[in-house]
Amino acid sequence: MISFIAGRFAQSIVVMLTVGLIAFAMFRFVGDPINNMVGQDTTAEQREQLRERLGLNDPFYVQYARFALNAVQGEFGQSYFHRRPVSELLVERMPATLELSLIGAVLALVVGVPAGVYTALNRNGILSNLIMSGSLLGVSIPTFLIGIILILVFGVVWRVLPTFGRGDVVDLGWWTTGFLTASGLKSLILPSVTLALFQLTLIMRLVRAEMLEVLRTDFIKFAKARGILTRSIHFSHALKNSLVPVITITGLQLGSIIAFAIITETVFQWPGMGLLFIQAVLEVDIPVMAAYLVVIGFVFVFINFIVDILYFVVDPRLRADRAGSGH
Amino acid sequence: MTLGVPGPTDMNSKSNQTYEVAAKERTGLADVLRRFFDSDLWFSFRHSPVAIISMAVSILIVFSAIFAHWIAPTNPFDLAQIDLLDSEIPPVWLPDGDSRFLLGTDDQGRDIFSTILYGSRVSLLVGFASVVFAMAIGIPLGLISGYYGGYVDAVIMRIADVQLSFPAILIAFLIDGVARGVLPRAVHDEMALYVLVFAIGISGWVQYARTVRGSTMVEKNKEYVQAARVIGIRRGTILVRHILPNVLGPVLVIATIHLALAIITEATLSFLGVGVPVTSPSLGTLIRVGYDFLFSGVWWITIMPGVALIILVLAINMVGDWLRDALNPKLR
Repeated sequence: MISFIAGRFAQSIVVMLTVGLIAFAMFRFVGDPINNMVGQDTTAEQREQLRERLGLNDPFYVQYARFALNAVQGEFGQSYFHRRPVSELLVERMPATLELSLIGAVLALVVGVPAGVYTALNRNGILSNLIMSGSLLGVSIPTFLIGIILILVFGVVWRVLPTFGRGDVVDLGWWTTGFLTASGLKSLILPSVTLALFQLTLIMRLVRAEMLEVLRTDFIKFAKARGILTRSIHFSHALKNSLVPVITITGLQLGSIIAFAIITETVFQWPGMGLLFIQAVLEVDIPVMAAYLVVIGFVFVFINFIVDILYFVVDPRLRADRAGSGH
Repeated sequence: MTLGVPGPTDMNSKSNQTYEVAAKERTGLADVLRRFFDSDLWFSFRHSPVAIISMAVSILIVFSAIFAHWIAPTNPFDLAQIDLLDSEIPPVWLPDGDSRFLLGTDDQGRDIFSTILYGSRVSLLVGFASVVFAMAIGIPLGLISGYYGGYVDAVIMRIADVQLSFPAILIAFLIDGVARGVLPRAVHDEMALYVLVFAIGISGWVQYARTVRGSTMVEKNKEYVQAARVIGIRRGTILVRHILPNVLGPVLVIATIHLALAIITEATLSFLGVGVPVTSPSLGTLIRVGYDFLFSGVWWITIMPGVALIILVLAINMVGDWLRDALNPKLR
């Protein structure tokens, strides 16, 4: 157990160092950082001074080490476009993205798991077939189009829900929240539904497939033979056993929700990290892009790490497997 | 190909026979077609209305995109053919519709049906090219990884693992962002299609590599591969001529679904403004341009290309779904 965690941890560190290296290489080699920081009337001498002061003349590995150390402390330099420290921008935008992602994830789970169970138990029901066809449609409509359609229906035709921004937010000092005001909550509805819909279809299809798989196994037949109530078999035997992979994949999906938030935030002009990132890509604001990469990379590696350990704890079969194949 | 095993007595005649069969199979297109129409795949296709309809829709869209020049009522990029007075006309079935413009016109008076035809050409082109690019990277790496194993395998698969833990669309964003930084703006617009294909292709190779690796590891221990190895065929030849054809089945399924995903990714990037420029718009670019008019009630400029995109992706996804079930031996 300890050695497994240590191995995973070491791997996570290596991944983070690689992500950091890519981010640093972007920062250092895409365009000249000095040109991006100063105006045109800066003399060559001043440029050289700045270059020396920022340590851009140091060897590559020294620069990288400095970049990594700064990144660990949350320091990513100045944004070329906003002319402010990147860390400030990120801290300012983070609550918006996290609140949106949280609601999106909860929605996807709360609707996706029951829908998956239902379609697995009533395989040939009319409603099940309807849900399954609906899910294929859900996979085929790009996130941004779902957003546009929702905006058209609820914002333009019916005019019942706000279609951009976060509404009124309450500043808690270190965190701004839209949970506490009516307009904040209303503003959350469309973006979070947009964000949840794609994940919802994935979770639902996964739960359905896993349930069907488990329902075919011998121990379910045996439980039936013992005369246990059907309801009890479905929920305490089948569902419990099909949730293991669901937990893992949902964990991994949490990460991709944050990535898909880029799209949702752009459609709804939601002032989160995703919108910041897309603006950075458009304006070639490399420090912001690099910082976003590192932050998202960290979130992903962290989630992967937790999920790996959870998987290991939940499923005893894996322990023997892993020991054997030396993963 | 049926390779007859030569018996001890009539070795000459038997092997002559097999040569004949082989020659026949290689030359006759009719034979190839007959074998296809005899196959399980064709049988399954004929008996699945969903597959037939979705395939027909896909083919229809692909053809109308290829022949957009002839099919489109107007050339939306020829300034002589568009008239600002025709701008923002709704689709024909609405009160103010004009019979010349089936799906209405955009803010510049361009026929939306025509722009959709031209746009789906760009979308399909980028989609197909990205899939081919991803295959060109993923399949060889998967073959090498599965066949050689050991150190090479570990390195390739570790890279794949790391990449797989990031969503494809994020990787595409980053590559596009870096390309914007490296290339000057004028050059970038010109290169936008190549950058997109590269970004979407790179973000999708892992699926192919993993699948091909898995099948290769199974195939490489089969007798025909051992036989080929024993008679001294070079490893590269074994990989390409013997193993590759036998691992392509699952690749076909992935490629179909990846095509739908690539088209979605392209549309998303273009919608966010980091994809195809407005000079040769794809469906995603059209949606983006029309999005500005959504709030003024002129919804068709953005919704029509959107519906076209959904139909296209849905049709491809349904073909992919059918193909996956048809090629899955468990479900037969």
